[in-house]
Amino acid sequence: MLRKIWRTIRRLSGDDAYERYRAHYRTVHPDEPELSRKAFFKREQERKWNGVRRCC
Amino acid sequence: MNSNSMRIIGWLLVAILGASALGGIALNRGEPVNAIWLITAAACVFALAYRFYAAWIAARVLVLDETRATPAERFDDGHDFIPTNRWIVFGHHFAAIAGPGPLIGPTLAAQFGYLPGTLWILIGAVLGGCVQDMTIMFFSIRRNGKSLGQMARDELGPIGGNAALVGTLMIMVILIAVLGLVVVNAMKHSPWATSTIASTIPIAVLVGLYMRDIRPGRVLEGSVLGLALLLLAVAGGGWIDHNPSLRPLFDHEGLPLAWAVIAYGFAAAILPVWLLLAPRDYLSTFMKLGTILLLTLAIVVMRPEIRMPALTQFIDGSGPIFGGRVFPFVFITIACGAVSGFHALIASGTTPKLLASEKDIRMIGYGGMLLESFVAIMAMIAASVLDPGVFFAINSPAGIVGKEAADAVARISSWGYPVTVEQMEMLAREMGEKTLFARTGGAPSLAVGMASLFGSAFGQNLLAMWYHFAIMFEAVFILTTLDAGTRVGRFMLQDFLGNFSPRLGQTSWYPSVILTSGIIVAAWGYFLYIGVIDPNGGVNILWPLFGISNQMLAAIALSVSTGILVKSGKLKYAWISAAPLAWLAIVTSAAAWVKITSPDVRIGFFAAARDLADKLAAGDLPPDKAAVAPQLIFNQQLDAWLTLFFVILLWIIIFDMLRVCVGHLQGKAVPPLTESPHEPSRLVEKWVRD
Repeated sequence: MLRKIWRTIRRLSGDDAYERYRAHYRTVHPDEPELSRKAFFKREQERKWNGVRRCC
Repeated sequence: MNSNSMRIIGWLLVAILGASALGGIALNRGEPVNAIWLITAAACVFALAYRFYAAWIAARVLVLDETRATPAERFDDGHDFIPTNRWIVFGHHFAAIAGPGPLIGPTLAAQFGYLPGTLWILIGAVLGGCVQDMTIMFFSIRRNGKSLGQMARDELGPIGGNAALVGTLMIMVILIAVLGLVVVNAMKHSPWATSTIASTIPIAVLVGLYMRDIRPGRVLEGSVLGLALLLLAVAGGGWIDHNPSLRPLFDHEGLPLAWAVIAYGFAAAILPVWLLLAPRDYLSTFMKLGTILLLTLAIVVMRPEIRMPALTQFIDGSGPIFGGRVFPFVFITIACGAVSGFHALIASGTTPKLLASEKDIRMIGYGGMLLESFVAIMAMIAASVLDPGVFFAINSPAGIVGKEAADAVARISSWGYPVTVEQMEMLAREMGEKTLFARTGGAPSLAVGMASLFGSAFGQNLLAMWYHFAIMFEAVFILTTLDAGTRVGRFMLQDFLGNFSPRLGQTSWYPSVILTSGIIVAAWGYFLYIGVIDPNGGVNILWPLFGISNQMLAAIALSVSTGILVKSGKLKYAWISAAPLAWLAIVTSAAAWVKITSPDVRIGFFAAARDLADKLAAGDLPPDKAAVAPQLIFNQQLDAWLTLFFVILLWIIIFDMLRVCVGHLQGKAVPPLTESPHEPSRLVEKWVRD
């Protein structure tokens, strides 16, 4: 139960984004090199704020 | 008895409870009402609306089809399009739509009494705002997650598309100006608030560095660190406030604070996102969810009594916070929380790329807006639990009630809301502020309301802490909106200028970044500056303008929905969006008409400009006022033309939509539906849905 809550919090906040990215990348593009944790985080933040993300 | 009839009886009970709570609130005269009844009424109305109206729209009108693959499934690329658990999407969607708007609007609208605002929040959300969010989300999902502007262009034609673009840009400018004004008014001559808010900047930068360099991608660690520092900053602000050598550093008039906010906005727009914007957003999201939860708890635990009357005499238009009668101004003042056009930008484009199943649209589109509406109800409660005299003393600008405390209390007491200088001084001392008179903008009165609720629920001796915690909470997410909005405005402007010069359209070319950021900041900075030098408090002008522009964007969204419904052969159901559209068209036009033509100097823009010009010509103004009078006159005229522009745009879009609908019904050539073809979902079998 506690573990499930913790997983939800991590998922909601994007704390586990890199792990999900790696899992996704390994299944979909197994032979391409993947980004490092730092490079991934950088790219994600740039992408995320490229548009209307917050409201009034 | 079978489970079906049990369920019917259950819902019948909810209906009866809701009806009696609502009836009790609406019909009660004289006796104080407990806030718990407002919460009960809202909860019942929302539950019924979600269970029946939203379900009916989902099943009959939109015909949600869970066997149809969503864009998230079809384009699953691991970053933009990701099929996501619906609770997670709900969290993201709610965090995106709920900003400071639903907290400020109801606070200001409480000048009419708690009833008009509460009813509009309930009815507006259930029949208008939620329907707008839900239908736009659905149509965007059926169109590969297209944005509102693209859908308007594709489905209605270039006029609708361009109107959406221009409208969005203008709303952004006015929204940021008015939010900036709220922050400035909260910081004015309050070293505690100013130092706390200022320290949120280095804290955000520190968190940004932590997440990027020290522990890359560890969002939760960084956020917890930041939140701890924010709480320390609130306490530290109290220490600075009591320190005679540090105090003057943070004790400022409105104008220098406004310049500081403008400089900050420019810096935030040109700095990389990871340094300031992204970490600030993490902090503000946690803060927002935590505080809303705390506020609900405090209201449920404390069950405070509503002190504000159901209706005040200010429904006649003479209100001190903003001028104008209850119709149409309550519908303009409360935009976010009832119907917010801005949501359509999130509900199209952003959220649709995450939904794993069309079935989730009801919960996320309709339910997400219901929750925001609930936040608005709580803001209304926080404003209404204050003594009305105190509420008006905090929110009435000095230009209306007088600069001296004795004049202000005499004036406010003469309205029938007794308040004394001692009472206000005592309150200010408790809250750790020098004065609470004429602290317009809604943030300070909301903070006093929240502090007294938190104080009575979780410890009275920390009132000053709670007050500044609430101010910090509001400021943090107002500044997030300010950063994010300036950035969006910059992108839109670059996109537009890119049509003329490809170089200017490059979002990474620094000269273009500086130029376009500068233009956007100058645009909102202008309105912020005027708002600060305006002796009547600025909010009186800017908030209605924001409301009108936001409702205009809602009208664009509802026009898109109505047009698509008619073109999909669902004419008989088109009223679900056409009815709220008609209502918004009426209230927005009526409000604009009044703002332009009213001879009352507190309401009519031209009347105010003429009045000031006459006084200036006659030499009736003291020198300090005469110096700024030409700017104020120009601004009043500008605001009038801007209002006219919004209304013309509104009607152009409506007529454009009607033209397309009538053309479709007569069998003429109209832009065809751009719905993407049906592709079966593979997630339905694979997933055990929760």
